Amino acid sequence: MSHEHVSNIGRIWKVFGILSVVTIIEVILGIYKPDSLHHGQFLGLSLLNWIFYILTIFKAYYIVWAFMHLEGETPSLRWSIVSTVIFLVVYLLFILLTEGHYIYGVFKDSTIKWNF
Amino acid sequence: MEATVTTANSEEKTWGGGNEPMNASYGKMMMWFFIVSDALTFSGFLAAYGFSRFKFIETWPLADEVFTHFPFMHGVSAPMYYVALMTFILIFSSVTMVLAVDAGHQMKKNKVIVYMFLTIIGGLIFVGSQAWEWKNFIKGEYGAIETKGGSILQFVDKDGKQIALADFAATLHEERNQLTRNEGTWFMEEASLPSYSVAEVQAGFKAHPDLLIRTEVINEKKQKTILSRAESEQRLAEAALVVEGANLIRNEYGSKLFADFFFFITGFHGFHVFSGVIINIIIFFNVLLGTYEKRKSYEMVEKVGLYWHFVDLVWVFVFTVFYLV
Repeated sequence: MSHEHVSNIGRIWKVFGILSVVTIIEVILGIYKPDSLHHGQFLGLSLLNWIFYILTIFKAYYIVWAFMHLEGETPSLRWSIVSTVIFLVVYLLFILLTEGHYIYGVFKDSTIKWNF
Repeated sequence: MEATVTTANSEEKTWGGGNEPMNASYGKMMMWFFIVSDALTFSGFLAAYGFSRFKFIETWPLADEVFTHFPFMHGVSAPMYYVALMTFILIFSSVTMVLAVDAGHQMKKNKVIVYMFLTIIGGLIFVGSQAWEWKNFIKGEYGAIETKGGSILQFVDKDGKQIALADFAATLHEERNQLTRNEGTWFMEEASLPSYSVAEVQAGFKAHPDLLIRTEVINEKKQKTILSRAESEQRLAEAALVVEGANLIRNEYGSKLFADFFFFITGFHGFHVFSGVIINIIIFFNVLLGTYEKRKSYEMVEKVGLYWHFVDLVWVFVFTVFYLV
């Protein structure tokens, strides 16, 4: 095993601090919903939602890298896990969200209002 | 023991057996296989949620108006606080888990015991919180009317504050017996009747001229549209059902699919937390019995730790898509 069994306690508490601060920021933004962010649009998504998604990915990175300790695994293991999941998830989201948006258009512009 | 912890023999040739691909032991590798497939399962659910939400993007319920409860604070609208608390509990139990793994690497049995115990407690508190959240969601707070077309109509006062059916519905002395199994001709029964009939709500609405109807449609200010009094009366004439709380068929918050996805995804996640707690308890007793001390490796703690962090990871995404966005 490549683990040198030194204690990572400092790193753990630092990551806990980062995750807590990010969550607090998310909650504050979620409660106050500043108008400029809530109504500002960028690529079809409000700026607030962009911030939420980016912070989510940021938190996910720290959980996977520090807590699940992928940063200590060999790069081949790390990337065979992460790249597989990212590729399939992005692919699935692209397909389903595009389709969902299309059906929204059908409901809006044609006589079908509700069938599933 | 060889089956659970293999010791790498890097002296051998690559294909000679006895070594560990990617420097990960068999058990750890299999845990990663499971986590990747489970991650894809959850992604499928969340993508399906996104699909349905995109379909009904203009009428989807606003989380701020649905999840407003906090323990011991009745009638206070406190969106986000409770779920933020739950998130902290889960993150903190992840921290104690990773501290247990860290203590395991240093073969400190007592520290592993303490941290695993804290992790289990955190997991139980989280599952309990989720049950409370479900209870509020199922019970509902205000009640609403479903029209013949399947839309949900909610009631607000002139300041836009939502009003419960109980606060205005008239009491008509009409008898409506619930059909129970013993009265049915065949195996017939019906769900429990709502507290008020459609006629009572309509009469109450007429008697309170200040009331207005809020529809599901989200306007350009990203709030639900409130109709004028005349439009409200017109919409209310189409009322078909009184809806209180939520179930898998209809809910008072809006889109029917919203409650379905809420129950299914948070339920599936809660089930993961629950099984994580069970697995943690099993490993906790193994630690107590000194199994890993004898094995000279606390890798089992590391493996359940991976699962536990994964559950936390999923919650980060569920939290975003259900409560924030």
